[in-house]
Amino acid sequence: MGTNAPEYGAPRTLWRKLAEHPPPGEGAVRRGWRSPVRGVRLTSVLGLVLLGTLPLVIVTGLLDYAAYGPQFRQAFPLDVAWLRLPPFDWPTRPSWLFRLTQGLHVGLGIVLIPVVLAKLWSVIPKLFTWPPARSVAQVLERVSLLLLVGGILFEIATGVLNIQYAYLFGFDFYTAHYFGAWVFIGAFVAHVVIKLPRAVAALRRSLPDPDLAPLRPGPVTLSRRGVLALVGGGSLLLALLTVGQSLDGPLRRTALLLPRGRNPGEGPNGFQVNRSFAAAGIQPALTGPAWRLTLTGGGRTVRFDRAALLAMPQHTARLPIACVEGWSTQQTWTGVRLADLAALAGVPAPASAHVVSLERTGLFRQATLQANQVADRDALLALRVNGADLSADHGYPARIIVPALPGVHCTKWVASIDFRTDD
Amino acid sequence: MIERFARLRAAYGAGAPHALVLLLCFTLAGWAVFLVAGEATVWRMVLWFVGAAIAHDLILFPLYAAADRLLRRATGARSALGRAVLNHVRVPALGAALLFLVFLPGILDLGKATYEAATGQPRVSYAARWLAVSGALFVLSAAILAARWPRLRRLDRESSA
Repeated sequence: MGTNAPEYGAPRTLWRKLAEHPPPGEGAVRRGWRSPVRGVRLTSVLGLVLLGTLPLVIVTGLLDYAAYGPQFRQAFPLDVAWLRLPPFDWPTRPSWLFRLTQGLHVGLGIVLIPVVLAKLWSVIPKLFTWPPARSVAQVLERVSLLLLVGGILFEIATGVLNIQYAYLFGFDFYTAHYFGAWVFIGAFVAHVVIKLPRAVAALRRSLPDPDLAPLRPGPVTLSRRGVLALVGGGSLLLALLTVGQSLDGPLRRTALLLPRGRNPGEGPNGFQVNRSFAAAGIQPALTGPAWRLTLTGGGRTVRFDRAALLAMPQHTARLPIACVEGWSTQQTWTGVRLADLAALAGVPAPASAHVVSLERTGLFRQATLQANQVADRDALLALRVNGADLSADHGYPARIIVPALPGVHCTKWVASIDFRTDD
Repeated sequence: MIERFARLRAAYGAGAPHALVLLLCFTLAGWAVFLVAGEATVWRMVLWFVGAAIAHDLILFPLYAAADRLLRRATGARSALGRAVLNHVRVPALGAALLFLVFLPGILDLGKATYEAATGQPRVSYAARWLAVSGALFVLSAAILAARWPRLRRLDRESSA
């Protein structure tokens, strides 16, 4: 199924003519590729590394979408038709599930950047070969390569900019990153189906290598093993400078160049903030003594002030809070079980719960929780963290914390919860 | 029948699985584009998509390839010593460039307002940190080269003798 045989497809005269009329300088370009390590073997090794790892980045990315609860129309982009995993309820256990999947998605995505760049370096002579195609099959394959290369670079660029809050691209990150991923997935599958047999063959025995190996190899300055070590070293360097954003304690500082590489302060509330109280634009008076939590459900409305909530049975859980941007932190939260609040609202086993914040503007000022996310023994309306009252930035007077729930759905500055039954 | 398949295959230039899998690829891409077609910023997305490939293939690659060629010329790759010097500059330079590429927003101080709203923290430029890490890579590389130096000299002397 390879398209590398020097035969021409239909119409033969066209392809032959094209081959016979190279643009000026074509020979110089062809002879200009000098690196002796370029060749089908290096490309195959790099390709197999990506084949083993990129699917993990893809799947964790799609799982992230599922974790946002698309059934409640709160996963972005909203309308994806069939371009999604089959629907399922995102589990609450293990509590570090989202921390793991999203940490992997972002972390592994960053770590693979050197491998992607090396792979592109290894095949770049093909971009300039003449003739560019000898058949319709090759033309189509080249177009699919634009989707492949454009796709992976687009995903890397938007992802890397997003986790550093530099929205230079001027379009919606979720929409672009999500649909860009699907364009890439199709091209990736096609590329694997077309090229895998050749990659495996190249690693089993030596193959004739008309495209990649240089015509006039230059002196060896780095062996193939040296190149692979260099790529691995680049990945290791990025890993060392990224993993800190998922660690607590002094090791967090090792993420030297990332926004989440420092602890924002000392004390019980000295952990990462995703949206500050100031940015949420809530009037401070609304979170003062006048604040009431409103619970609705089953035709009943009940209100509690903070003192009443603190007088209820308190439950403490050590739970991670993990962001779609890949960073996470584990803290000890104390508050009232959501299941207890549901019972107080007269809906002991709700099908879902709709949580609304005091915040008026943000995309995540409200979130809907699944039945299992309300019922989990550690699903809380947290009032305190690490033994102290929540700070304003962490959601005082009360916030949601649920095991394995994406951070932005752990609504802060909660104003009301509506417990819903299926009908 | 078989002959007709063979003729089709020759005309197309590859087998049926090749055609099928590319059809799947373009269908998926077309479907994704169809779903974003309503967005006001769809052309920006296409621009960034194609632009990313062009920026890599026609800007980034020629830049680093030319830099490497200059470096090779400056160090002389014919002797063991020259090759060692080349690689001991190459490796930390690539490391520094990689970090610059990936952590560019922090280093160039982009997205300040968004950053501060999101983290509740004042923005500090990471340029100094990047320079420090890059400097450390160069120093480490130079130290290893210094340790290897006597052996490399001996190798060169033996091969020229």
